[in-house]
Amino acid sequence: MITFDHTTKTYEGGVTAVNNVDFTVEEGSIVVLLGPSGCGKTTLLRMVNRLESITDGRIIIDGQNSMELNQIELRRKIGYVIQSNGLFPNMTIEENVMIVPDLLGWSKKEKRDRFHTLMELIGLNPKEYRKRYPHELSGGQQQRIGVVRALAADPPVMLMDEPFGALDPIIREKIQEEFLQIQREVKKTILFVSHDIDEAIKMADKIVLLRGGEIMQFDTPSEMLAHPKNDFVVQFFGKDRAIRSLSLHTVKDLQDNIGLVDFDETIHDTKTININQDLRNTLSMLMNQEADQVIVTDNNDHKLGAVTIDLVQKYLHFEIKGKPAASQKG
Amino acid sequence: MQEWIRFLDVNAPRILQLTIEHAMLVGLAIIVALIIGVPLGIYLTTNEYLAGTVLQVASITLTIPSIALFGVMIPVFSMINQGIGFVPAFVALVLYSQLPIIRNTYTAIKNVSPEMRDAAVGVGMKTYQRLLRVEIPNALPVIMAGIRTAVVLNIGIGVIAAYIGAGGLGVLITQGISRGDNYLIISGSLAVAFLAMIADGILLLIQKRYTPKGIAN
Repeated sequence: MITFDHTTKTYEGGVTAVNNVDFTVEEGSIVVLLGPSGCGKTTLLRMVNRLESITDGRIIIDGQNSMELNQIELRRKIGYVIQSNGLFPNMTIEENVMIVPDLLGWSKKEKRDRFHTLMELIGLNPKEYRKRYPHELSGGQQQRIGVVRALAADPPVMLMDEPFGALDPIIREKIQEEFLQIQREVKKTILFVSHDIDEAIKMADKIVLLRGGEIMQFDTPSEMLAHPKNDFVVQFFGKDRAIRSLSLHTVKDLQDNIGLVDFDETIHDTKTININQDLRNTLSMLMNQEADQVIVTDNNDHKLGAVTIDLVQKYLHFEIKGKPAASQKG
Repeated sequence: MQEWIRFLDVNAPRILQLTIEHAMLVGLAIIVALIIGVPLGIYLTTNEYLAGTVLQVASITLTIPSIALFGVMIPVFSMINQGIGFVPAFVALVLYSQLPIIRNTYTAIKNVSPEMRDAAVGVGMKTYQRLLRVEIPNALPVIMAGIRTAVVLNIGIGVIAAYIGAGGLGVLITQGISRGDNYLIISGSLAVAFLAMIADGILLLIQKRYTPKGIAN
């Protein structure tokens, strides 16, 4: 658990980068720091492992004031992932991944075993990659290595500074999903910096939206999209925030709440969609094809019913915005 | 050609002996210069204030004409009865090689990418661990380039050392000039050039051998 208690950072010369910030990252959850550039999100993240000093207030990590801990030991207990992966080019993949255990003085055997476990976690063959160097890997693989390096000594807390920011959109989405999968197993307490709204919505249990070093809103993604607290939040998420919020819901949610429609047997070549797909993708699919319905299937490809644009719209108004569907036409 | 063969027949042993003398003088000076310059360059990366001053002084040293610096050494070392010969020449060469060595070491380490340094600090490395495990290995090619510059520079400047009685290949050239003997001048110059090329080649091999595999491309 990380608690920010009136945390403030003022640079010499009087510029305030972080102003009186108060929030808590609960055990095992992901909090995303979101905001435009210069909003202080990276500074705030770096204050946790004391790469930036704290001017005022406190940061409490698992019950201990970070300022009272030894700086070096503190950093070794916190996993740290940065955008440009920060791998050391002079070291092999194994040396890179095992750097913190090495600094902590683990034995050779312990390191080797841990390396195998970690590489299997991200689906890379440990034997194949052990002796290779970072420059021989693709950007996506390097970033995966960057993530497992942070996990190496099994730290309870992780800091991730735009970890997937340098990847192309397709790889990024894949790695985000992989990472969420890993997080379900390891349940770390994670502070995550992003400037990408969709990434924040996807990754976050809660979002901290920052502007000029101050918190504009601290809420779950769906709350923030449905009930923005002020104009800045409205503006930041943009006019398409209703559509964005669809990515938080799956076809299953729609089925559970308002039900699917029967599919029309007479239409051929209708596309199908898995019930666990999110509604944003479903809507895109509906709009991309000419038929006005998409058949919903479960994991065994069993047809459950169909979904239409009207149905998504109804769900959007009824469930997300909390307004009765009857007041909407169509 | 006939004359050259006759010249070399008589002078080859002497040329070889002077080449060895030259290499010894420059080699010893470089070793001492490295012992001073590399640690100093590394230290300066942790002390910005001192870095400016030291690099400035080293730059000024290099602008002093070599013959003047050798000249200045004479009265200074006369005080300990070493006014001419090996000692003053050796000290002057050490001073000359400081700039390329200190500056390249300093710049190389400073130029290690900020992300990499950030990652090193962020995973909890202490200053010396960061230097030994990350910064120096990644800066090695540039540090070596500085050392190679210093070696080639010193082999050239070492020629002037003959004027203050330190021996070396400069002896052939100065004698050649005073006697108007082109054979001496040309053979001395070629020997200096070969020595410089061979030394640079050996250092390049060392550089390749010790550059971490991950950054050798």
